[in-house]
Amino acid sequence: MIEPGERVLLLGASGSGKSTLLHGIAGLLGGSDEGEEQGSVSVDGRHPADARERIGLVLQDPDTQAVLARVGDDVAFGLENLGTPPAEIGPRVTAALAAVGLDVPLDRSTSALSGGQKQRLALAGVLAMEPGLLLLDEPTANLDPDGVAEVRDALERIAGERTVVVVEHRVATWWDFVDRVVVLGADGVIADGRPADVLARHGARLDAAGVWVPGAQLPAPLLRSEDGAVLLSASDLAVGRERAHPVARGIALDVRRGAALAITGPNGAGKSTLALTLAGLLAPRGGQLEASAALRQGLASAEPVRWRSRDLLTRIGTVFQSPEHQFLTGSVQAELELGPRALGLRGAALAAVVDPLLERLRLGRLAKANPHTLSGGEKRRLSVATVLATSPSVIVLDEPTFGQDARTWRELIALLGEQLDAGRAILAVTHDPAVVEGLGAAEHRLGRTREAA
Amino acid sequence: MTTLLAPVRGDRVVHRINPVAKIAASAVIGLALLITIDPVSASTALACVLLLLPFAGVPWRALLVRLVPILVAAPLTALTIALYGAPSGEVHFRFLLITVSDGSLALALAALLRVLAIGIPATLLVATVDTTDLADGLAQTWRLPARFVLGGLAAFRLVGLLVEDWRVLVSARRARGVGDAGGLLGRLRFVGGLGFSLLVFAIRRAGALSVAMEARGFGSGTRRTWARQARFGRAEWVLVGIGVAIAALSLAASVLTGAFTFIGAR
Repeated sequence: MIEPGERVLLLGASGSGKSTLLHGIAGLLGGSDEGEEQGSVSVDGRHPADARERIGLVLQDPDTQAVLARVGDDVAFGLENLGTPPAEIGPRVTAALAAVGLDVPLDRSTSALSGGQKQRLALAGVLAMEPGLLLLDEPTANLDPDGVAEVRDALERIAGERTVVVVEHRVATWWDFVDRVVVLGADGVIADGRPADVLARHGARLDAAGVWVPGAQLPAPLLRSEDGAVLLSASDLAVGRERAHPVARGIALDVRRGAALAITGPNGAGKSTLALTLAGLLAPRGGQLEASAALRQGLASAEPVRWRSRDLLTRIGTVFQSPEHQFLTGSVQAELELGPRALGLRGAALAAVVDPLLERLRLGRLAKANPHTLSGGEKRRLSVATVLATSPSVIVLDEPTFGQDARTWRELIALLGEQLDAGRAILAVTHDPAVVEGLGAAEHRLGRTREAA
Repeated sequence: MTTLLAPVRGDRVVHRINPVAKIAASAVIGLALLITIDPVSASTALACVLLLLPFAGVPWRALLVRLVPILVAAPLTALTIALYGAPSGEVHFRFLLITVSDGSLALALAALLRVLAIGIPATLLVATVDTTDLADGLAQTWRLPARFVLGGLAAFRLVGLLVEDWRVLVSARRARGVGDAGGLLGRLRFVGGLGFSLLVFAIRRAGALSVAMEARGFGSGTRRTWARQARFGRAEWVLVGIGVAIAALSLAASVLTGAFTFIGAR
């Protein structure tokens, strides 16, 4: 039971059904032909599917929330669907955009917005419909810290008398905003009450379940030496997806054995592009990128982008931002075997590599499962494990901790720490200052380029 | 590629005309030129279109880039017909299957002019069409179902995301050690596998988009309104009128000069 005007934070470990519950409240779970329905949900005493104009839902992925190509049209979309008279639509669109602080022309392309702007656009889209209930499903999970603050501030301004339900891992963002916290476990509600009370009574349990509890202990930062041999060296490097348009240039950095390097900076600064270039997956658009003899291990070329795909396996491994992009087979086991098989391992030698990884990353009972059916945390662990399977000297990770719960986060940091101790180099693109600290990483910050701004 | 697909914007009347009218106008010219196959009708239409070029609201550079496919295709069409078209009249040249005659040359000229006369106005008018305006026109002027039109419009926006997915998938395969496609067969399997992964992503994105649309009340059965009314007013009728006039003038010229040749007559 949620009272009008309440602001509720819905917590729970991965897989406890937070998002499903939220979709249920929004009336989007479909009829009985799409699954089983037990118990009931009602909004204002009606079935949610019949009360849709009372409910506004904002989802996680900024890219698939904008329906139309122009900002103004997109905000108007919901109003049109509700059959609002055209004369009223214009003023309501303008008012909604002003309320979320999105000050861009109405005909601006929705794809040209930053992540934080896209989420505020989504918020404006539901706000224009003037719902009494706002449902937010991890609205800031895919945003950089600036974007998170933008969305939170916008919500603070517009919430007013409205009822708000937020699902989110990163509790700290919303702690001061909500007045009630509900925690879901495997069998239903574990805790329900005022934030301070819930934290006092269930803090340890929440922490163990992977919830980011405010003030929880992070692992002690590691101190690492800076004198490992240089494996990759960039000077005056320019990077870009297209030859004619480098997104960042003049980059100088060294990747050293046994050391971690963090690439930080705002969205659009070219962090991912730089990581892909260093990983030998994109050609440099200017300057030099040189692999030392220690990393080349006998290859003729010093440019990673010229190496064969198979030669990359033992030299530079890459963990992509979205794990789904790198899954190529139908089971967890096959996924882990793919790299070692490409290196020619078979039989007992193959098992000697794969089995310990399955154990270490708690994927053993999932060995036969399809990678796409795993939870977010499991997918991330698997994508890291596939890279570790071929023991590359350099491990490149693009936002490895994005959207992960606290438990997976700690596991990842510990695992990467082990890799550093084993003499591997780590290069991580990240927004998360705790990652930089947890890995004892040197930081290379990219600024926003003129073109990107 | 993406810049090519982006519509030419501007503040002249022609930029604001209902896209449905633009389609109708270029269709009328195309249909008229498909009835007859003679050089007179096509060159009349082409001359009219060229006279109207400066008023189309498309900068020369943008126009040239968009016309490249037509400027390449037209001479190739003509060449093919000149070499292999049905021979008649005096034969100038013969080699194996190739026969160049008065008849095939006349046909080639007619085809060249025809491709240009149909292609240029279509390109001109479509260059200034924005997909959103097109959807407004299709749904409001032609009363196509909103579900179909808006679904298509929303899906069109996902094309850019899929291009990005494709890039990442190719990189990921290289990073996983299976990016060296050996031989033609290997390459085919490589592209096939990528295509399947891309399909998975497309379906997932489409699912997320449809949830977002449904959450905003799309398809709820309420009668939908439109924030922007698609007009079909004087400007639209004038444009369609110009199309009809060009078509009529071309046909009249060809009938009066006796060049009119019904398409089925050959």
